[in-house]
Amino acid sequence: MRHDHLITSKQLSRGDIETVLDYAAEIDADPSAVADRHTDTLLGLLFFEPSTRTKMSFETAMKRLGGDVVDMGSVDSSSVKKGETLADTVRVIEGYADGLVLRHPKQGAATMASEFVDVPLVNAGDGAGHHPTQTMLDLYTIRENAGLDDLTIGIMGDLKYGRTVHSLAYALTNFDAQQHFISPESLQLPREVVYDLHQQQDGTGIKEHDSLEEVLPSLDVLYVTRIQRERFPDENEYQKVAGEYQIDAETLEAASDDLTVMHPLPRVDEIAPEIDETHHAAYFEQAHNGVPVRMALLDLLLSDDRGIRGETDE
Amino acid sequence: MSDDHDHHDGNDDHELRVSKIRDGTVIDHVRGGQALNVLAILGIDGTNGEEVSVGMNVPSNRFARKDIVKVEGRELSQDEVDVLSLIAPDATINIVRDYDVVEKHRVERPDVVEGVLSCPNAGCITTGDEPVTSRFSVLEDGVRCSYCETIVRDEIASLIDT
Ligand SMILES: [Zn+2]
Repeated sequence: MRHDHLITSKQLSRGDIETVLDYAAEIDADPSAVADRHTDTLLGLLFFEPSTRTKMSFETAMKRLGGDVVDMGSVDSSSVKKGETLADTVRVIEGYADGLVLRHPKQGAATMASEFVDVPLVNAGDGAGHHPTQTMLDLYTIRENAGLDDLTIGIMGDLKYGRTVHSLAYALTNFDAQQHFISPESLQLPREVVYDLHQQQDGTGIKEHDSLEEVLPSLDVLYVTRIQRERFPDENEYQKVAGEYQIDAETLEAASDDLTVMHPLPRVDEIAPEIDETHHAAYFEQAHNGVPVRMALLDLLLSDDRGIRGETDE
Repeated sequence: MSDDHDHHDGNDDHELRVSKIRDGTVIDHVRGGQALNVLAILGIDGTNGEEVSVGMNVPSNRFARKDIVKVEGRELSQDEVDVLSLIAPDATINIVRDYDVVEKHRVERPDVVEGVLSCPNAGCITTGDEPVTSRFSVLEDGVRCSYCETIVRDEIASLIDT
């Protein structure tokens, strides 16, 4: 089947993911080969909450494909402030652009918006929901560093509110991956997500832990996410809990020499700066990978001659 | 499990508590206390002049107490009644014409229910002012919002959009 929109990583089969990652690698190796593929294309950027980094990454990707962007601007300066619905906004911007990128604070926003437009729509984050392009660049980075099969990965931090984590976890069920989820009890994966993971896999590939210690030596990849202050009732509680999920050079002494450390960035103090210079650190590379991966995705979604064709049986 | 004596639309003592109808639909074997939710889920609130009679907590052979709803002048389709399976899974539907039951069937769990329930997740796009109809997929043991993916297993009746 051909996907016209990219809403969630759940919609992507293993075949889809490999198509995107292979193409991203091709682009990464020779970006100039695709520099003219979209010279007449305009991509509409609709960011209803600030995320300068993600927006810049999409903008860079579109421009490196020869196209350009039209940007709704900040919510403060747009019609949204006057109470316009998302359904109306996307229908207006659809008339200006060949594709849309949407970031919105509400869950399900991208699903709903896609029902109102005919141009391809890419979800760049919908509240606590999904963020599939982040997932694709995460997968790309994992594949480059450790491979996606026969993989043991630890995902640590705020697993409750971290949409990045949910999307990645779904996608990894397509591969032979053992996933360890490490978090304080109050920030465990939502039960909905656990339900889905068990639906997609028999559950043997998924384990939850409250401490890194017991699983660290077995990991090929450690994916760290930020634990936010506002998730806790008071500063003390936050300091106490968050402190247990931070890593430094000493923590990594117990890790495999091949361990790859990832983080969606920005980080605060989850990863000590001393790790940056070690061969474990892959988080800056991960951020850079956003451009070739988004170039691949945009080209596949916006072209008539290429498409993400998966092996789904839907 | 035949207990036809309990729910034929006849001269049974229990049935007489609710008036007979000439043409329409009798929804029987509704779990006790759910009759008003049945009406709400069907969007029947009397404002269109429908003649509706409701029996609540009527003694029943099958349950200790059951509710029964009779709607005069309206034959409910299978699609319309299937949403009732969410709150009244044992309900039986009797279509009545000229005082006779001409069709009798059970409710079946639909795959999807649209426009009936509202999402309990305040962070869901469907809870704002968007021109969107709620949509839930029906799971074995609950329902799930098709937009934000929230799963609700308990007290589905509290989600009925009234
Ligand atoms: Zn919802």
